[in-house]
Formats: sequence, C-alpha cells, structure tokens
Amino acid sequence: MTAATATPPSPTRLRAVNAVTVGRLPRAVPWLLLAGSWIVMGVVYGLLAASGATKGFDPVGTIFFGTVLFVIVLYTISRIVEGGRRAVDRLVTSLVLTAFIIALLPLISLVWTVVANGLARFDVTFFTESMRNVIGAGGGALHALIGTLLITLAATVISVPIGLLTSIYLVEYGRGALARSITFFVDVMTGIPSIVAGLFTFALFALFFGPAVRNGFMGAVSLSVLMIPVVVRSSEEILRIVPNELREASYALGVPKWRTILRIVLPTSLAGIVTGVMLAISRVIGETAPLLIVTGFTFSMNYDIFNDRMMTLPVFVYTQYTQAAGVAAQASIDRAWTAALTLILLVMALNLIGRLIAKIFAPKYGR
Amino acid sequence: MSKSIEVNDLNVYYGDFLAVEGVSMRIEPRTVTAFIGPSGCGKSTFLRTLNRMHEVIPGAHVEGEVLLDGDDLYASGVDPVAVRSQVGMVFQRPNPFPTMSIKENVLAGVRLNSKRMPRSEADALVEKSLRGANLWNEVKDRLDKPGSGLSGGQQQRLCIARAIAVSPQVLLMDEPCSALDPISTYAIEELIGELKNDYTVVIVTHNMQQASRVSEKTAFFNIAGTGKPGHLIEYNDTATLFTTPTEQATEDYVSGRFG
Repeated sequence: MTAATATPPSPTRLRAVNAVTVGRLPRAVPWLLLAGSWIVMGVVYGLLAASGATKGFDPVGTIFFGTVLFVIVLYTISRIVEGGRRAVDRLVTSLVLTAFIIALLPLISLVWTVVANGLARFDVTFFTESMRNVIGAGGGALHALIGTLLITLAATVISVPIGLLTSIYLVEYGRGALARSITFFVDVMTGIPSIVAGLFTFALFALFFGPAVRNGFMGAVSLSVLMIPVVVRSSEEILRIVPNELREASYALGVPKWRTILRIVLPTSLAGIVTGVMLAISRVIGETAPLLIVTGFTFSMNYDIFNDRMMTLPVFVYTQYTQAAGVAAQASIDRAWTAALTLILLVMALNLIGRLIAKIFAPKYGR
Repeated sequence: MSKSIEVNDLNVYYGDFLAVEGVSMRIEPRTVTAFIGPSGCGKSTFLRTLNRMHEVIPGAHVEGEVLLDGDDLYASGVDPVAVRSQVGMVFQRPNPFPTMSIKENVLAGVRLNSKRMPRSEADALVEKSLRGANLWNEVKDRLDKPGSGLSGGQQQRLCIARAIAVSPQVLLMDEPCSALDPISTYAIEELIGELKNDYTVVIVTHNMQQASRVSEKTAFFNIAGTGKPGHLIEYNDTATLFTTPTEQATEDYVSGRFG
C-alpha cells in the first residue's frame, strides 16, 4: 500500500459537455412526422373536395403527397438538429423504404386478388376431376395439374444433366474459344422469347412426325430450351465460388481431377445447385406460350407424355378465361382463378422444398 | 519411406513470364529444408513445382529436371496424380473439406481414391494419422463433427493429418504457420521435428526464427526487381547460412538489412 495509488480525477470527466456528441431526434419523431404529413395533406384534399375543386376525397393523392411532404420536412428538421450527414442518411433511408413498399404493392395486390378470386373453386372436386364432359359449372383441373407436373419433371430431367455438365465444363475444363462461344450462346439462349422456343420445338418435331404432332414430351423439350441456360448460369456461378484451395487440397492428396469434381466440388456446392435448379423450375413451370403451341389442350386426363395432347395449368387458365361465355361464364372464370392460385402454390411449395434440401445439404460449420 | 529430391537447372514459367530461373539443389531424405526469401521471389512457386501443383494454374510450365529418388517428375508419360500421391502438401491457409467430418477429412485421400478399407483398418489409420499430427487427444471425442468447427491451428494439424494419412514420401509445407497464433505455431513446429523421422519435409516460411528452429538446411531465394525472375541465392546448412553466409544478399536479408 502506497500513497501513490490515489490519482487525481481525469480532467475530461469534469467537463459538462461531451465534445463528440451531436443533436439527435427522438425515435418517435419520424413516425409522428409521417402521420402529421398525411393529416396535413388529408386536410388540404378535404378542403379541395369541400370547395368543389375535386370530385370527392382523394386518398391516393393524400398518401402520395403526404409522403413527399414527410420526406422534405424530415430532411429539413434533421438538417437543423442533427447536421448534414444524418439528414442525408434519413433522406436516403426514407427513399429506400418508400421504394421497397412501392415494389411490394403489386405483389401483395396480386396475391390478394388471386387468393380472393381463387378460393371460390379451391375444393376437392377441382383436384379430383378433369374437364371431360363438363359443361357449365363443376369440373376440375386434375388433368392440367398432372400435365404440368409430368411435363416440368421431364423438362427437369432433360435440362439438369445438360446444364450441370455444361457448367462443370465451363468452370473446370473450358479454356479458349470453345468455352467463350458456349458462354456467349448460353447468354443468347437466356434471352430467347418463350414463343420462339415453342415454335422451334414444333418445327423440329413436325419434320419427323408431320404437322399434326402434339404431345407432352414436345412441351418438355421446349421448356428445356428455356431452362438449360438458367441452370447453366446459376450452377456456373455456384461452382466458381467453391474455393480453389479445396480443389488444390484434393489434388495434393493424389486425387484425380474428375474425382475431385465429383466428390469435393459438387458436394460443397450442392445446396446452391439445388436452389438454382428450383429457381429454373419456377421460371418454366408457368410458361404458357410454347405449351399452347406444342402440347395443345384437352379436357381429358392424359398420363402419357409421348402421346396425344396434354393440358397444363397455365394453358388451362388461358383456355378457361378465353372460353368463358354464356350462362356458365362465371364458373369458367372461377376455374381459371383457382388454377392460377394452384400454380402459385405449386411454385411456392417447390421453393420451400428447395430451401429445405439446400439446408440439409449445406456444408456444416458447427462445433 | 522417404525419398530424396534433386533439382537440376529448373526454370518455371507462367505463360511467357519466367518466374523462377536456374534452380539446382539436392534435398536429402528425412531432413527438414526451409525456403526463405522476400514475398514474390518464387519460393512458393518453386515448392509447388516439386509435386506438379503449379500446373493447376493455366499456362504454368517448367524446363529442367526434378528427380524424386532419380525418377524425373517431368519426364513424358508421368502422371501428375501419381506424383502428388507421393509428394503431399500442406497449404498456407487451413483447408479442411467443409462437407466432411474430422474423420472423413483424415480418410479423404484414401476414400477419394476409392480404395476400399475395412472399418477397423480405417479407424486405426485415423488414430495413427491424428496422433502423428498431435491432434488425437483434442478431437478423439468428436471425430464425427465437421472439421471446419476446429480452431485454425487444429484445422492446420488436421490438414497435416490428412496429408500423412496417404503415407507420402515427401511433405511440402507452404507457409503452414503464417495464419496461426504463436501457440499453434509452436505445436506445428514440434510436429515438424517429429515428422522428419519419417518424411522428407520442405517448408516455405517468412519467419527466419522458424527456419532456424526447425530446419537442417535453408535455401535463400531473392528477386532482382519486379518483373524479374527469382533466383536461388544460397543453399547451405541452416547454421552456416544464418551465421556465416557466403553471399552479401543473404547476409543482408537474414540480418534485417534489406537490399
């Protein structure tokens, strides 16, 4: 114990004001300002309506100009209280949030419309019956559901091996002109309009089987034309982010290249590849135009993708909507909405399954 | 089971660029040889030519000879895969396979070459390799946990265990401790001291104390300037190289006066 342990209090503690603090708006201020701006604009529009300048109260204008007013006022107040940097921060934050909400509106509106209109026929009959011999109300889309599942499955079986092998070639082996031209043509293929894919498939099959040919397999081929480039691009990107160190570690153990790809590169990137494939399926499962040309439409069940016309959900929506006429028009339109709802739910289910698979296969980093 | 390495007048190219020029040296079996030198002088590049790993980079090629117990690694008809199964490598950053458990990582070299191995034999190999890498006591209770959950130093020792599980003749180490803390570094240095009883060890390091601690012979590489090829300046017993180097450049480098 020595007397030297008693040190004088540090001089900075004695200062009343901390030199590095700046003014801050209370947390509630932006929200109060937003509500205030809406109320102000509401009053303005109310006055306009009362004076007869506009026909009735305008809620859209109130929200829109209220939000604009809010952004301006918040920026000004923040600039006065908090300084320039924070004011810009608040300005950009409110702009980004507004943009996000605007982007979300169509999605919410779409889901709402489809659910509201589709629930009317979302019943057991819809999923257990086809449209064979159905006139007027009743009937279902089982034939279209089966058609969509079979054709998409066939398209996936065709596209995933081709697409995955192409991307493995591009990442692991491809050098020089050939790889560059493949990349170029894959890019071109990504931009092919889906109707062109349908026409191409029709022309191809018509060469061999005559102009009257229509079957589910042609639909699968035309969907593959659209799906392959998506699979190639997504798996190429995933394979490229597999660290080179892992490949080198494997080579250094005396493992041949093909086995390194099969046992190290693919398992490491499996989760990403599965996600990419699921996205590609979602991309093609709702295609209408090519299927309208090459698979035609029918009202009966057809489980054989190599023979006869086959119904699919998007084409079902299209035909039910265009052929709605007469007394039973509403029944037809209801069926179209329910089929659209089914399609959305199908895509959502596929995405959820994809995420689940990705989660199961993802590399584990636990202790 | 360890072999000597003899290098005769080796030039290493990346495309047209000459990265390392005119290296000749002889590395005895069951010794530790250290490569030192400034960054970019080609010591890692040269190390990677000893098991043909530099060929992974497109355009890389060599002129000259690398003899592993008299067999030229660059003779026509030599399979790089066969070379690498004799000359193992440990990298700068620990790189266990993220999809595999600790046990599967150790067995990776065997399993990936699809050799069938009875369970008891595999377990024995795992234990032997992990003991050889001084890691057994730390991980024996969690062999089925992912290898990437270990600490950096443990991961590096796991990579060493993985490399020695395929019983190579030579073990190359490319700055194995540069990403590790002093305690893990000490563990690896201890391990290198034990590994030289069975293997020919070649280690690249930036740490001159480390070179003087672990190695019997040291090679000093230097580069005349950016864009010029790297050269082997001096190759000698470690004690001699650090105390009485024959070259002025070596003396400047090991004593901390650069240039």
